[in-house]
Amino acid sequence: MSPHRLLAVARKETIQLRRDPRSLILAFLLPIALILFFGYAISFDVKNISLGVLDRSNTNESRRLIEAFTSSGYFTVTERLARYDDADAALADGRAQLILIIPPDFQKNLDAGRPAPVQALLDGGDANTATIAQNYADAIVAGYSADVVLAGRRVAPPLVADARVWYNEALESRNMIVPGLIAVIMSIIAAMLTALTIAREWERGTMEQLAATPVHRLEVVLGKLVPYVGIGLFDVTLAVVAGIVIFQVPFRGNVILLAVMTFLFLVGALGLGMFISAAVKSQVLATQAAMVATYLPALLLSGFIFSIATMPLPLRLITYIVPARYYVTVTKGVFLKGVGFNVLWPDAVAMIVFATMGLTLAIRAFHKEIA
Amino acid sequence: MNLHLLRIREMVKKELRQLFRDVRTRGLIFVSPIIQLVLFGYAVNTDIRNTTMVVVDHDQTAEARALVDAFTASGYFRVVERSVRPAALVAALDRGDAEVGLEIPVHFARDLAADGPAHVQLIVDGTNSNTGTVALGYATRIMQRYAAEHTPGRTAAGVDLRVRAWYNPNLESRVYNVPGVIGVLVLLMCLLLTALAVVRERELGTLDQLMVSPLTPAELMLGKTLPVAMIGLIDMATITVVAILWFHIPFRGSVLVLLPAALMYIVAGLSVGLFISTISKTQQEAFMTMFLFLLPSIILSGFFYPIRSMPAFFRTITIANPVRHFLEVVRAVFLKGAGFEALWHQFVLLAVLASLMLGVAIWRFPKTIGR
Repeated sequence: MSPHRLLAVARKETIQLRRDPRSLILAFLLPIALILFFGYAISFDVKNISLGVLDRSNTNESRRLIEAFTSSGYFTVTERLARYDDADAALADGRAQLILIIPPDFQKNLDAGRPAPVQALLDGGDANTATIAQNYADAIVAGYSADVVLAGRRVAPPLVADARVWYNEALESRNMIVPGLIAVIMSIIAAMLTALTIAREWERGTMEQLAATPVHRLEVVLGKLVPYVGIGLFDVTLAVVAGIVIFQVPFRGNVILLAVMTFLFLVGALGLGMFISAAVKSQVLATQAAMVATYLPALLLSGFIFSIATMPLPLRLITYIVPARYYVTVTKGVFLKGVGFNVLWPDAVAMIVFATMGLTLAIRAFHKEIA
Repeated sequence: MNLHLLRIREMVKKELRQLFRDVRTRGLIFVSPIIQLVLFGYAVNTDIRNTTMVVVDHDQTAEARALVDAFTASGYFRVVERSVRPAALVAALDRGDAEVGLEIPVHFARDLAADGPAHVQLIVDGTNSNTGTVALGYATRIMQRYAAEHTPGRTAAGVDLRVRAWYNPNLESRVYNVPGVIGVLVLLMCLLLTALAVVRERELGTLDQLMVSPLTPAELMLGKTLPVAMIGLIDMATITVVAILWFHIPFRGSVLVLLPAALMYIVAGLSVGLFISTISKTQQEAFMTMFLFLLPSIILSGFFYPIRSMPAFFRTITIANPVRHFLEVVRAVFLKGAGFEALWHQFVLLAVLASLMLGVAIWRFPKTIGR
């Protein structure tokens, strides 16, 4: 192996890349465009839940309860119902996601110190929003209830939970999405970038030329990798800066740690792309295979949004062979938790294994082709 | 434009033969629905079950153990680590081994028995804002119930919120996600099969053969799209059956409502596929264009990112997205048993969008095949 020849291959690849505007757009613009698009469009913060109200009590207290809902900022009253039967239609049409039903004897119960039941009907169709809406409703009613009861007589609550949220104190979904997104997008882009490189040589017939030169296959694979690792590091830098500056995601960890981890991840992901490229020999097939191998797994099985702990065992086992899983842990860990190598070393080991495997596979598949 | 049924039939036969001969296409048609169903049925899960928890119990009394039991008995929490050192809690959350930490101080039992409020410390990992929000809600509710049971008479009667979720009483996210797969999968088939099929003929040079045949452009268009429409409908039926029988998703509506919506949706998807084939010269280009269309249309469809939480700008864009309207129809038909009167809004928009897209395809298609 000679560093001289390796660099020559790298230079050749860079020149070739510069002449291919489509690949350049894919490499430089797509990642940042996707980060901006996702970052702005996606949010799981549930706000403006449409609230239907059936106030059969129509007293000061019942109006105060409704006001507690609207002033929380999570609910907007969209429907005022007159009859119980209207609730069905309002939920079915989606005019209201939550319907609050206050019975006629609401104030009487409260005044008498009896528990005052209030009913909430929830559109369970969208389970995700419904669960969160239910939590908000619970919290609002509990707060209101405490106010009312405490106003009457002074009783200290028997149990107080000092609840605190770490790492993402306001539970903002953007802080979860942006760091994970960098990992997901980079695993797709990296595999796609290199998926084309060897297949292209094959399709254009330049593979024989390459084989005729005295370059060793290890040098070819590593040389081809160099420009892409550079592009990948550039993309990640851009994405991290965008995350911090535009989306205001806290960055609590160490930049150098992130850089080293990113390098490891990129070598693995790019190696995978190169293996696909060498194995299928056609550019069309290579892009499709790269997409299939990375897109859904990176999106769904990486722990980006959907927590791995709640998956059934077979799927949980599969997540161990999804490289994005480790990189998602790293980006979230470095961004939000500010953890160091002492916590992230298992992920580093996993990514080294993937990088070695990716490169070995690429080199072996490449060998078969020339022979 | 006159149509010959016989010629169309022959063309459809040829297309079907071509589609099923290709191993890759066969895989796409039969395997990808299964993979997607498994992933979206099992992996895409926002239910909070078995949330991992670390307990630091300084009190070591029966009361403290009862509180921990209240957490585990709810089914929402699973204790993965018990310790008496506060540092263990920090480490478990940093490593991601636990998502929730509960610290019970000394004198917990004593304070609970006496008048003074007993404090416990609850720490939630906010890295995943979804699960964090929900876990916090459940934990609070569990502790309220615990307080009510263990200190009878001291918890004041207040407002008692009774929540009932309609359509999906257990708020399972699967019930929401699996019907959505229908929309995504049918779109994927329509786009991929039509866009690539036409471009492939062009790349292979067989498009010229078709052009010298007596087929009119309209016949050619129908011949290309009808088989794909058939596959789309078959996929839809398969997923519906699996969703009902395997995942036990309730189907409360009528197929007669679903079918017209599906047909309009398929027309829209096929038109976009044809359009992509007219603006792409190679399969590679067609595939990339398709990806760039597919990604935003799925993200902005409400498939798993709620539309309500999007900024106004993106919410407005979703009105032009047929996937959004079709998903609303599918989910309403499945879960709510909705009929035309509740869904006319979506039907009108689907019809408008489908005719617009079909119009563009009809305008562009004959030009590109050279007539």
